[in-house]
Amino acid sequence: MGRSVKKGPYVLESLLKKVNVLNASGEKRMVRTWARACTIVPEMVGHTLAVHDGRKHVPVYIVEDMIGHKLGEFAPTRTFRAHGHHTERSTSLK
Amino acid sequence: MARIAGVDLPREKRVEAALPYIYGIGWARSRQIVARAQVDPNTRVRDLSEDEVGRLREIIDREYRVEGDLRGQVQRDIKRLMEIGCYRGLRHRRSLPVRGQRTKTNARTCKGPRRTVGVRRKR
Repeated sequence: MGRSVKKGPYVLESLLKKVNVLNASGEKRMVRTWARACTIVPEMVGHTLAVHDGRKHVPVYIVEDMIGHKLGEFAPTRTFRAHGHHTERSTSLK
Repeated sequence: MARIAGVDLPREKRVEAALPYIYGIGWARSRQIVARAQVDPNTRVRDLSEDEVGRLREIIDREYRVEGDLRGQVQRDIKRLMEIGCYRGLRHRRSLPVRGQRTKTNARTCKGPRRTVGVRRKR
Protein backbone atom coordinates (compact mmCIF):
# COMPACT_ATOMS: atom_id res chain seq x y z
CA MET A 1 0.00 0.00 0.00
CA GLY A 2 1.19 3.47 -0.82
CA ARG A 3 1.76 6.26 1.65
CA SER A 4 -1.15 8.53 2.47
CA VAL A 5 -1.21 11.61 0.23
CA LYS A 6 -2.27 13.72 3.19
CA LYS A 7 1.12 13.31 4.82
CA GLY A 8 3.06 14.20 1.70
CA PRO A 9 6.34 12.51 0.79
CA TYR A 10 8.67 11.39 3.56
CA VAL A 11 11.64 13.71 3.63
CA LEU A 12 14.12 13.82 6.47
CA GLU A 13 13.89 17.41 7.67
CA SER A 14 17.47 17.66 8.86
CA LEU A 15 18.77 16.49 5.50
CA LEU A 16 16.56 18.90 3.61
CA LYS A 17 17.83 21.69 5.85
CA LYS A 18 21.44 20.86 5.01
CA VAL A 19 20.64 20.78 1.30
CA ASN A 20 18.82 24.10 1.51
CA VAL A 21 21.86 25.66 3.17
CA LEU A 22 23.97 24.44 0.25
CA ASN A 23 21.43 25.82 -2.21
CA ALA A 24 21.43 29.21 -0.48
CA SER A 25 25.19 29.46 -0.57
CA GLY A 26 25.41 27.98 -4.07
CA GLU A 27 27.88 25.47 -2.72
CA LYS A 28 28.32 21.89 -3.95
CA ARG A 29 29.49 19.63 -1.20
CA MET A 30 28.83 15.98 -0.51
CA VAL A 31 26.36 15.39 2.27
CA ARG A 32 26.66 12.08 4.06
CA THR A 33 23.37 10.57 5.04
CA TRP A 34 21.92 7.40 6.46
CA ALA A 35 18.37 8.31 5.41
CA ARG A 36 17.79 5.67 2.74
CA ALA A 37 14.03 5.95 3.14
CA CYS A 38 14.03 9.68 2.43
CA THR A 39 12.25 10.70 -0.77
CA ILE A 40 14.23 12.69 -3.34
CA VAL A 41 12.72 16.15 -3.74
CA PRO A 42 13.43 18.81 -6.42
CA GLU A 43 15.68 20.79 -4.04
CA MET A 44 18.24 18.00 -4.09
CA VAL A 45 18.76 18.00 -7.87
CA GLY A 46 22.33 18.72 -8.84
CA HIS A 47 23.78 17.75 -5.48
CA THR A 48 25.77 14.68 -4.67
CA LEU A 49 24.54 12.86 -1.59
CA ALA A 50 26.54 10.09 0.00
CA VAL A 51 23.98 7.43 0.85
CA HIS A 52 24.85 4.76 3.37
CA ASP A 53 24.70 1.19 2.07
CA GLY A 54 25.30 -0.42 5.46
CA ARG A 55 29.07 -0.37 5.12
CA LYS A 56 30.11 2.86 3.43
CA HIS A 57 28.58 5.93 1.86
CA VAL A 58 27.86 5.63 -1.87
CA PRO A 59 28.00 8.93 -3.74
CA VAL A 60 24.77 9.52 -5.65
CA TYR A 61 24.51 12.41 -8.06
CA ILE A 62 20.88 13.48 -8.09
CA VAL A 63 19.29 14.17 -11.49
CA GLU A 64 15.80 15.35 -12.25
CA ASP A 65 14.50 11.90 -13.20
CA MET A 66 15.22 10.62 -9.69
CA ILE A 67 12.59 12.84 -8.07
CA GLY A 68 10.03 10.76 -6.24
CA HIS A 69 12.37 7.82 -5.73
CA LYS A 70 13.99 7.07 -2.38
CA LEU A 71 17.66 7.63 -1.72
CA GLY A 72 18.18 3.98 -0.83
CA GLU A 73 17.21 2.86 -4.33
CA PHE A 74 20.50 4.23 -5.60
CA ALA A 75 22.81 2.60 -3.08
CA PRO A 76 22.58 -1.21 -3.38
CA THR A 77 23.07 -3.04 -0.09
CA ARG A 78 24.12 -6.40 -1.48
CA THR A 79 27.31 -7.40 -3.24
CA PHE A 80 27.14 -10.54 -5.33
CA ARG A 81 30.46 -12.12 -6.07
CA ALA A 82 29.81 -15.10 -8.38
CA HIS A 83 28.81 -18.57 -7.25
CA GLY A 84 31.04 -21.43 -6.19
CA HIS A 85 34.56 -20.15 -6.59
CA HIS A 86 37.06 -22.83 -5.61
CA THR A 87 38.93 -20.91 -3.01
CA GLU A 88 41.91 -22.24 -1.17
CA ARG A 89 39.87 -22.68 1.96
CA SER A 90 37.13 -24.80 0.38
CA THR A 91 39.51 -27.02 -1.57
CA SER A 92 41.83 -27.70 1.34
CA LEU A 93 38.90 -29.11 3.34
CA LYS A 94 38.57 -32.07 0.98
CA MET B 1 -14.72 -5.07 -40.96
CA ALA B 2 -13.94 -3.24 -37.76
CA ARG B 3 -10.54 -1.64 -37.51
CA ILE B 4 -9.95 0.24 -34.29
CA ALA B 5 -6.66 1.70 -33.11
CA GLY B 6 -4.61 0.55 -36.07
CA VAL B 7 -4.44 -3.09 -36.91
CA ASP B 8 -6.92 -4.89 -34.74
CA LEU B 9 -9.86 -6.60 -36.36
CA PRO B 10 -11.30 -9.47 -34.34
CA ARG B 11 -14.55 -10.85 -35.84
CA GLU B 12 -17.20 -13.36 -34.84
CA LYS B 13 -16.78 -12.42 -31.16
CA ARG B 14 -19.02 -10.33 -28.99
CA VAL B 15 -17.81 -6.71 -28.91
CA GLU B 16 -17.13 -6.91 -25.20
CA ALA B 17 -14.82 -9.85 -25.78
CA ALA B 18 -13.28 -8.46 -28.96
CA LEU B 19 -12.01 -5.15 -27.66
CA PRO B 20 -9.44 -6.78 -25.34
CA TYR B 21 -7.61 -7.83 -28.52
CA ILE B 22 -6.35 -4.28 -28.53
CA TYR B 23 -3.16 -3.89 -26.46
CA GLY B 24 -4.05 -1.68 -23.52
CA ILE B 25 -7.68 -2.70 -23.26
CA GLY B 26 -8.76 -5.49 -20.96
CA TRP B 27 -12.15 -6.67 -19.87
CA ALA B 28 -12.69 -3.86 -17.41
CA ARG B 29 -12.03 -1.10 -19.93
CA SER B 30 -13.82 -2.97 -22.65
CA ARG B 31 -16.99 -3.06 -20.58
CA GLN B 32 -16.74 0.64 -19.74
CA ILE B 33 -16.20 1.59 -23.36
CA VAL B 34 -19.06 -0.52 -24.63
CA ALA B 35 -21.38 0.96 -22.02
CA ARG B 36 -20.35 4.52 -22.76
CA ALA B 37 -20.72 4.06 -26.52
CA GLN B 38 -24.16 2.61 -25.85
CA VAL B 39 -23.48 -0.53 -27.80
CA ASP B 40 -25.01 -3.82 -26.75
CA PRO B 41 -22.06 -5.91 -25.45
CA ASN B 42 -23.63 -9.02 -26.97
CA THR B 43 -23.58 -7.91 -30.60
CA ARG B 44 -21.01 -9.66 -32.73
CA VAL B 45 -18.29 -7.49 -34.21
CA ARG B 46 -19.41 -8.30 -37.75
CA ASP B 47 -22.93 -7.10 -36.93
CA LEU B 48 -21.81 -3.68 -35.69
CA SER B 49 -23.11 -0.74 -37.68
CA GLU B 50 -20.68 1.83 -39.09
CA ASP B 51 -22.02 4.29 -36.60
CA GLU B 52 -21.38 2.02 -33.61
CA VAL B 53 -17.85 1.29 -34.74
CA GLY B 54 -17.31 5.02 -35.09
CA ARG B 55 -18.44 5.69 -31.53
CA LEU B 56 -16.21 2.96 -30.11
CA ARG B 57 -13.26 4.19 -32.13
CA GLU B 58 -13.77 7.75 -31.03
CA ILE B 59 -13.80 6.90 -27.32
CA ILE B 60 -10.70 4.74 -27.64
CA ASP B 61 -8.74 7.20 -29.75
CA ARG B 62 -9.60 10.11 -27.53
CA GLU B 63 -9.20 8.67 -24.07
CA TYR B 64 -6.89 5.72 -24.02
CA ARG B 65 -3.29 5.16 -24.90
CA VAL B 66 -3.20 1.85 -26.75
CA GLU B 67 -1.03 -0.33 -28.99
CA GLY B 68 2.20 1.28 -30.22
CA ASP B 69 1.95 4.38 -28.07
CA LEU B 70 1.44 2.34 -24.92
CA ARG B 71 4.21 -0.09 -25.75
CA GLY B 72 6.54 2.84 -26.37
CA GLN B 73 5.57 4.39 -23.07
CA VAL B 74 6.32 1.18 -21.17
CA GLN B 75 9.70 0.87 -22.88
CA ARG B 76 10.55 4.47 -22.07
CA ASP B 77 9.61 3.98 -18.43
CA ILE B 78 11.89 0.97 -18.16
CA LYS B 79 14.68 2.81 -19.94
CA ARG B 80 14.37 5.68 -17.50
CA LEU B 81 14.70 3.30 -14.55
CA MET B 82 17.83 1.81 -16.07
CA GLU B 83 19.41 5.16 -16.77
CA ILE B 84 19.02 6.68 -13.34
CA GLY B 85 20.69 3.64 -11.83
CA CYS B 86 18.07 2.81 -9.24
CA TYR B 87 17.50 -0.66 -7.85
CA ARG B 88 14.59 -1.44 -10.16
CA GLY B 89 16.70 -0.35 -13.12
CA LEU B 90 19.51 -2.65 -12.08
CA ARG B 91 17.09 -5.57 -11.90
CA HIS B 92 15.82 -4.78 -15.39
CA ARG B 93 19.39 -4.66 -16.71
CA ARG B 94 20.07 -8.11 -15.31
CA SER B 95 16.65 -9.32 -16.43
CA LEU B 96 15.84 -10.51 -12.94
CA PRO B 97 12.50 -10.00 -11.18
CA VAL B 98 12.03 -6.37 -10.20
CA ARG B 99 9.51 -6.56 -7.41
CA GLY B 100 11.32 -8.54 -4.75
CA GLN B 101 10.29 -12.05 -5.79
CA ARG B 102 12.46 -15.00 -4.88
CA THR B 103 15.13 -16.06 -7.34
CA LYS B 104 16.39 -19.20 -5.64
CA THR B 105 13.79 -21.02 -7.69
CA ASN B 106 11.21 -19.87 -10.23
CA ALA B 107 11.46 -16.36 -11.72
CA ARG B 108 11.46 -18.11 -15.11
CA THR B 109 9.36 -15.43 -16.81
CA CYS B 110 12.13 -12.91 -16.26
CA LYS B 111 15.15 -15.10 -16.65
CA GLY B 112 13.92 -17.07 -19.68
CA PRO B 113 14.75 -20.72 -20.34
CA ARG B 114 17.08 -22.43 -17.87
CA ARG B 115 20.79 -22.12 -18.48
CA THR B 116 23.05 -24.28 -16.38
CA VAL B 117 25.70 -22.30 -14.60
CA GLY B 118 28.82 -24.28 -13.84
CA VAL B 119 31.39 -23.64 -11.17
CA ARG B 120 34.11 -21.38 -12.43
CA ARG B 121 37.45 -22.73 -11.32
CA LYS B 122 40.25 -20.54 -10.19
CA ARG B 123 43.47 -20.47 -12.24
